[in-house]
Amino acid sequence: MEVKILSAKFGIENAHLLEVAKQHGAYQTLDKLFSMTPEQVIDEVKNSGLRGRGGAGFPAGVKWSFLPKGLDKPVYLTVNSDESEPATFKDRHILVKDPHMLIEGIIICCYAIGCHHAYIYIRGEYTTQVRALQRAIDEAYEAGYLGETVAGHEFQLDVTVHRGAGAYICGEETALLESIEGKKGQPRSKPPFPAVVGLYDSPTIINNVQTIASLPYIIWEGADAYKQYGTERSPGTHLFGISGHVNKPGMYELPLGLPLLEVIDTVAGGVWKGRSLKGVIPGGSSTPVLTPEEVKTVTLDYESMAAHKTMFGSGGIVVLDETVDIVELVKNLIDFYHHESCGQCTPCREGLGWMLKIVEKILAGNGSVADIDLLRELCDNIEMKTVCVLSAACTMPVRSYLNKFRHEFEAYVADTAS
Amino acid sequence: MKKIELVIDGQSVSVAPGTTVLEAARMVGIYIPTLCHDPHLEPYGACRLCIVRIDGMRGLPTSCTTPVQQNMSVVTEDEEITRVRRGIVELALADHPSDCLTCVKSDECELRRVASYLGVEKKSLEHLHKRTHVADLDTSNPAFDFDRNKCVLCGICVRVCKEMVGLGAIDLCGRGYETRVSTFAGKQWSDTICQSCGECVEHCPTGALTPKRAVIPQREVKTLCPFCGVGCSIYAGVRGNRIVRVRGDRDNPVSMGGLCVKGRFGYDFVNHPDRLTTPLIRKEGVPRSAGLAQNVSVEDIFSPADWDEALSVAAAGLEEILDAEGADALAVLSSAKCTNEDNYLIQKFARAALHTNNVDHCARLCHASTVAAAIESFGDGAMSNSVSDIAEAEAIFIIGSNTTECHPIIARRLKQNIRRNGARLIVADPRRTELAGIAEKHLSHRPGTDVALLNAMMNWIVECGLHDHRFIDERCEGFTPFLENLKEYDPDRAALITGVRADDIREAAELFARAASAVIIYGMGITQHTTGVDNVKSVANLLMLTGNMGRKGTGFSPLRGQNNVQGACDMGALPTVYPGYQRIDDPEVRARFTTAWGIGLNDRNGLALTDMITAADRGTLHGMYIIGENPLMSEPHLEHTRTAITKLRFLAVQDIFPTETALLADVILPATCFAETTGTFTNTERRIQMVRRALNPPGSARPDWHIISDLSCRLGYPMSYPDSSAIMDEIARLTPIYGGISHRRLQRPDGLQWPCWDSRHPGTPRLHEHRFTRGRGKFYAVSYKPPAEIPSTDFPLMLTTGRVLEHFHTGSMSRRSRVLESLKPQGHLDMCGEDARIIGVQADEFILVSSPRGKITVKVRIDNNVPRGTVFMAFHWKESPANVLTNSAVDPVARIPEYKVSSVLVTKAAHVPPQAEKTIH
Repeated sequence: MEVKILSAKFGIENAHLLEVAKQHGAYQTLDKLFSMTPEQVIDEVKNSGLRGRGGAGFPAGVKWSFLPKGLDKPVYLTVNSDESEPATFKDRHILVKDPHMLIEGIIICCYAIGCHHAYIYIRGEYTTQVRALQRAIDEAYEAGYLGETVAGHEFQLDVTVHRGAGAYICGEETALLESIEGKKGQPRSKPPFPAVVGLYDSPTIINNVQTIASLPYIIWEGADAYKQYGTERSPGTHLFGISGHVNKPGMYELPLGLPLLEVIDTVAGGVWKGRSLKGVIPGGSSTPVLTPEEVKTVTLDYESMAAHKTMFGSGGIVVLDETVDIVELVKNLIDFYHHESCGQCTPCREGLGWMLKIVEKILAGNGSVADIDLLRELCDNIEMKTVCVLSAACTMPVRSYLNKFRHEFEAYVADTAS
Repeated sequence: MKKIELVIDGQSVSVAPGTTVLEAARMVGIYIPTLCHDPHLEPYGACRLCIVRIDGMRGLPTSCTTPVQQNMSVVTEDEEITRVRRGIVELALADHPSDCLTCVKSDECELRRVASYLGVEKKSLEHLHKRTHVADLDTSNPAFDFDRNKCVLCGICVRVCKEMVGLGAIDLCGRGYETRVSTFAGKQWSDTICQSCGECVEHCPTGALTPKRAVIPQREVKTLCPFCGVGCSIYAGVRGNRIVRVRGDRDNPVSMGGLCVKGRFGYDFVNHPDRLTTPLIRKEGVPRSAGLAQNVSVEDIFSPADWDEALSVAAAGLEEILDAEGADALAVLSSAKCTNEDNYLIQKFARAALHTNNVDHCARLCHASTVAAAIESFGDGAMSNSVSDIAEAEAIFIIGSNTTECHPIIARRLKQNIRRNGARLIVADPRRTELAGIAEKHLSHRPGTDVALLNAMMNWIVECGLHDHRFIDERCEGFTPFLENLKEYDPDRAALITGVRADDIREAAELFARAASAVIIYGMGITQHTTGVDNVKSVANLLMLTGNMGRKGTGFSPLRGQNNVQGACDMGALPTVYPGYQRIDDPEVRARFTTAWGIGLNDRNGLALTDMITAADRGTLHGMYIIGENPLMSEPHLEHTRTAITKLRFLAVQDIFPTETALLADVILPATCFAETTGTFTNTERRIQMVRRALNPPGSARPDWHIISDLSCRLGYPMSYPDSSAIMDEIARLTPIYGGISHRRLQRPDGLQWPCWDSRHPGTPRLHEHRFTRGRGKFYAVSYKPPAEIPSTDFPLMLTTGRVLEHFHTGSMSRRSRVLESLKPQGHLDMCGEDARIIGVQADEFILVSSPRGKITVKVRIDNNVPRGTVFMAFHWKESPANVLTNSAVDPVARIPEYKVSSVLVTKAAHVPPQAEKTIH
């Protein structure tokens, strides 16, 4: 089932070094790239159907075409490498194992959108990753792939790595921009969208690491080659991080569209210890949970996930076996988002705190049915009522657990019988 | 601009593009609850209460952040919206103390208003449990308290401090549920860079930030702040006969509702027990010099008297000298704190009743050089532009003005311009002032080298061909000799004189000259020099050279110090001009005033204030009538001033407090302060605005114009006015630039800017728009001259003086205001660490400062923003009066003293003065 497009060089020793990477095709697309016009590059990416791999799945080429034309301001690319969503561990592999693929992708994107200064916003905790990435960037400058003339072509490009300081919210694209600007990471109100008013008030494209890393293949092999993989509306491959109660947890590159159950059973070796499945978190902790029944029919693509009222998300699949205490899980989940709320909007700042208190009360055996209802009510009052979607990242899954596993909550409250 | 049509709750609304849905709704009277919205701030969208439903938009967008669009259809309330809003308020209230009955925010609490509007149920609050975190109050600031428990984290205080004040003393710290408003590193409020302006307090929607001793006023009176020349309009909140609270007037074009620490918290002086409430006559047998003694009380020297007695003593004293020595043996000091009407009458009294032109006021000590030079360069001696031009200029050059401390609200407008429009700032100041710290270029030139610096900038501008040929050809004259003179001032040579790197001079010059519009702001750093007139002419030269006059975002901006120093000059409280700068040596003018006032007028120019002191010392001036001025603190070389004033045969003082000067008087007449009188003040941008009586005068104190009228009658020149409005009518008849001014017209919120020629004239926000008042603007060839006193081996340091934010001039008002005095109870000499180390003094140690004229003991403050070799002192504290040290050398034309440069020696103090340990009352 596995394919090797993004992960082609992952198994090669020292592929993070320029010398080795070049032997395996790194930067080979550049001559072809500069023979194309930026418009042609954008069209190729549009044709490939590549969707943003940060979680929302917005078509990358379409996003690029939102940049306003003829403004007297620089255009920026910001690569979102703040991979912080619980259960998500895909970009880190690119950063450590094949950083030159990312740099090559950055060159492609920047050429297409007319950007001469790209920023990579990298999660503060990624120390190994930042070292590998910075080393690769230094090598690329040294070798002339970055700097005043990219690979000898009349195109200037600088790349700056900006390290975060440990806030999940800085993965939200506008909080990320604030953070690069040296401010406290708090999301901005939209509109205006970053494509119009982004970094330093200039038009800015923000793409995920994996999205950008997919570009060299698309330009080198062409959109049609890319579309061989995946489904019609979700083309290409994706790095999936499978974790939880499976026999073979790990990171796997798979084409989109595979049946989830099959992937769990064959790729990840099935549920461990011979236990049965209680549920699956399909794409990082913020995606609504799927029941074993739903897992039977869902496939790993954007459309099928939406049809099952959940989201494809970041490709971080968490398998839950029968022993999992859903209420404990929910507490853990709320605790995380509550801790990571930036504190700007009342509903998120106060609301997630209260949700945590309520679920703790239930766990302590002091809850009532009314508390379960209040939890549910708070979800409704918070969700989509804030500047960004952090609160929804908490309330959407919590609601799914309340709906699908209400009996587990009721088991904790004293007055269930009454 | 085309209006945008939309429908809100079925109601058609037509608004300007860029309006938000919230603003549009409020315009048509639809209330949408909010906690984090403030019309003065950028949209924030954090409380989420103002959510609405908009056709075609997903979810419930916040109306405060959503701009209106053509044909938008908005529903501001439905079941879901109400439910969500109620949920939000419940969350906000869940941690909030429920002590509304005892909370000083009382009825003005926005949280309470929102909660009751939405109908939050007690049941749901109980469900959410009771408050969990309890934080200590921060009561460290003398002006206000911070109760974090009542904070709803709307961020308004933080944004006000950042966006409006341009300071950023506080921020939202921590994350999520732990978010809190915090000072830097969580220090006590008093230990931070907070300037105590209280803007955050005024904008706070809840009881989290409240003024100390908060009292809700019974009524509010719209009037003017009595401190500096910015002219901020205020609402004085009155309870009984006291001012209990003051807030900014958001309709005022100057301040836009903003106030500084003095303007908001500096009003205790009005009701202070030291106010003069009855006339006082010096006791028989007590010598004048008794008033010089330390710790002497008013009762020791004076006996209370009734008005009849006191006026008789005053009239007799003046008459005696008039008869014996002639009119020019008398002099009158008018006051920049008094209204235009008072000033007009005071100078009329001097000229018509006393028959002398010896009338002057403290403008002599601050902007006499401006008035003299700008009349010669442009034809008008005033700021040419409006404050709004400073807020719109592309480049701003500040030279010799610590604007943040001396004109805080103008500094705020300037910082807003930098923040919002990216205006570029150059500051030339020996000290690294707050604005120098945020400037793109700071030129730390040696005190007194302004001409060399400005000439070098102009030399480089010409060298680069960046001067405005067309403007110079079409609008100016005298360019050739000016240009010739500039040749000597290449930046390399100027670098040696000024101590500023030549490249910094070049870069600053280019930055200024390349801007499409630029203003120059200056203050006492330019004027208070023996070369004050030369300095101002150089400023004028630079503006004309670059064509930065008479257009939007350009202009000549001397910032006037006192609330009505512009008006006092306009009213002719000057020895050489009648009201409206009409020269007394012009026979036609004199004839007009002779007719109007019905009496023959003296044609000799009078004495300037500084020359009056010399004349008193020499025995040619025998009597003085001093109104609202305190030369015994404000004159340079105080020892000389004390000796001179003591020699007078007669001295009458009319004031609101027993000042150092009043204690030497034969008779003291108690006057009203700004809060007890009606009239007009003219601010630094020539804006004439109404000051309105808010309180009854204390005791038997009377308005200044009233006292002067009575005295004039006794001297045989009857004056009779029913009220100050009648005086303004007379001013308008005789003063062309005030021709259209009347109290009736000034009821409008923005006042009128002179010249205002007739009753239909709209006033003049900007002078010299198409032609200069004098016709062509005149360039002057100005050469650099060193200051009168330069450091020597005996007095190796250069002392420069000025003011601090919290105090005002001789301190008679600000030191009697609890908040201001608590913030800065003591004087200090500022010195850089390196100099302190060499002298061997530590921070806060008492030191002895001596100059060739005297010595004082004061604490030293280590301030590395002061350059080496220079020390700084403010002159507010009578316990350590800086003017004991300053040099009385004056500018030959403007007669202004060189307060900014004198030479001093600093040594360790042998003993600590007893009064220095005085505690705050």
